[in-house]
Amino acid sequence: MSHNSESLLPSAAVAPPAPAQAAPAKATGRKRSLQQRRARAAWLLVAPALILLFAVAGWPLLRTLFYSFTDAAMDTPEEYNFVGLANYLDFADGERFGVLADPLWWQAVGNTLWFTACSVSLELFFGMLLALLMNEKFRGQGLVRAAILVPWAIPTIVTAKMWGWMFHDQYGVINDLLLRVGLIETPLAWIAEPTLSMWAVVIADVWKTVPFMALMLLAALQMIPSDLYEAARVDGATAWQRFRRITLPLIMPAMIVALIFRVMDALRVFDLIYVLTSNSEATISISGYAREQMVSFQEMGVGSAASVLVFMMVAGIAACFLWINRFSHEGKEAGQ
Amino acid sequence: MKLTRQQRELGAKFWIYLAALIVSVICVFPFYNAILTSLRTGQDLFLTNYLPTTFHWENYVNALGENGVGRSLLNSFLVATVTVGICLMVSITAAFALARVRFRGRKYILFTILCVSMFPQVAVLSGMFELVRFLGLYDSIGSLILSYTTFSLPFTVWVLTTFMRSLPVELEEAAIVDGASLWVIITKVFAPIMGPSLVTTGLLAFIGAWNEFMFALTFIISNENRTVPVAIGMLQGASQYELPWGHIMAASVVVTIPIIVLVLIFQKRIVSGLTAGAVKG
Repeated sequence: MSHNSESLLPSAAVAPPAPAQAAPAKATGRKRSLQQRRARAAWLLVAPALILLFAVAGWPLLRTLFYSFTDAAMDTPEEYNFVGLANYLDFADGERFGVLADPLWWQAVGNTLWFTACSVSLELFFGMLLALLMNEKFRGQGLVRAAILVPWAIPTIVTAKMWGWMFHDQYGVINDLLLRVGLIETPLAWIAEPTLSMWAVVIADVWKTVPFMALMLLAALQMIPSDLYEAARVDGATAWQRFRRITLPLIMPAMIVALIFRVMDALRVFDLIYVLTSNSEATISISGYAREQMVSFQEMGVGSAASVLVFMMVAGIAACFLWINRFSHEGKEAGQ
Repeated sequence: MKLTRQQRELGAKFWIYLAALIVSVICVFPFYNAILTSLRTGQDLFLTNYLPTTFHWENYVNALGENGVGRSLLNSFLVATVTVGICLMVSITAAFALARVRFRGRKYILFTILCVSMFPQVAVLSGMFELVRFLGLYDSIGSLILSYTTFSLPFTVWVLTTFMRSLPVELEEAAIVDGASLWVIITKVFAPIMGPSLVTTGLLAFIGAWNEFMFALTFIISNENRTVPVAIGMLQGASQYELPWGHIMAASVVVTIPIIVLVLIFQKRIVSGLTAGAVKG
């Protein structure tokens, strides 16, 4: 490595004093060659990371795609037959088979989208409130900041176990608190009841990820110059107007980035659901479905097909986000 | 009744402190509850009580020894450290090139790295399984180091690139004028001042690797090679219907405390690291 770079040493970078007229042209000429050499060296510097990344991400992804067209089993991946698109969708004797014909797959798609929409919008709402709170000056701020980092720092599996215990139908504190306040009359089966279990998952996820959202939004809030607010106050703008007309537009870019991060993260949810509700039918996510096919049922082919569908779905949603983002940018530029 | 300015300010302060209190309680309560539970045994576990009642340390002894969480802690530490070490080594040069050198294809590389950091892990699961088996790493810690690189590497490259970008250009210009090669610039000029960014990036990547569950659950089958999240996820009681909540909570507290301590010590750095990738990117 160091050998290669050594030969690229820009030994002539310091130009000898040249006649005044020739100097600019000569300087740019040298600069360009320096740039070119740096560009070539840059590839060498990036190469190890790119090769490693291809080995651990690109290659496995391609192999997953490959296996999705085969009938391989998990314990003997060397033996397989090509089955075309049968893992995705197949017609035989007037019946449909494959992942796309499996009601549980569509249930998982629904669960995942519902989970993502609910938890990300709640996170945005509470994250915004929390960021606005942290942006105020008050005593003990350091303590609150430390406190909100706690949910973020706790491993997801621990979160799942902690909330599983708090949601326990007989001994959990959630039911106990709700009973004491008088909101419910009999304990609720948060984990077992299909209509409630998804809410249990959403609540645990929101608790864990609101701090992340709040920190992102807070960083954006702190970059807004305070004289903007003072000017608005002098003009008699209400608090809501100040938020709506100054804060929101200025933190919008950071908010969109944070939203994309969170949506991508929520779409691949697996561990929280696997541990909190044991992958029950009412809460299973698309990642959980794909892994179940692959590991529990040993169907490597079907599992790979489901994985490819997960990948395409997530990539599709990401592409939509990017497209909307670019579209709104262009709209803004055209408007100005 | 019209309030005076002072009264209004006092009112606003009151609401702020109330909100701060509520937020802090909600954030800390589940962990507090876990600690309470971990100190209880027997019938005591099932009486809901919001203050500490008993202090039994058996759960901790049990969780660490009998249930093998102690061993798992070691495994997790090893996996996360080696993964982060490899990723940082590879990504420091890459981040330099991506942040400091203009070259064709730079944007595409950055975009690819961002995409890889966001794609669902299950998408590489079967391909990774084949790779792990091919390399003979199935059911060993090596399989996790290999698979964790999938998400750690793009993350470290991305965050280090944003950090590198924020360093002043003059530093490098001075070095170039002095005739330093790229390699010298990286090792002698940038590496020394990258210390804090490396710590931050490494810490965030460490936490990511520490928490990973899906690969650890799939590639490890023997008890003694498990990482912490799987060990906790798999804790079972004597019968299927009786979960040992005391043990589970004790193990949860044990594996969480080091992370919480780290996070609180490096609070400011972590916040800047988290937001560096997003706000400026």
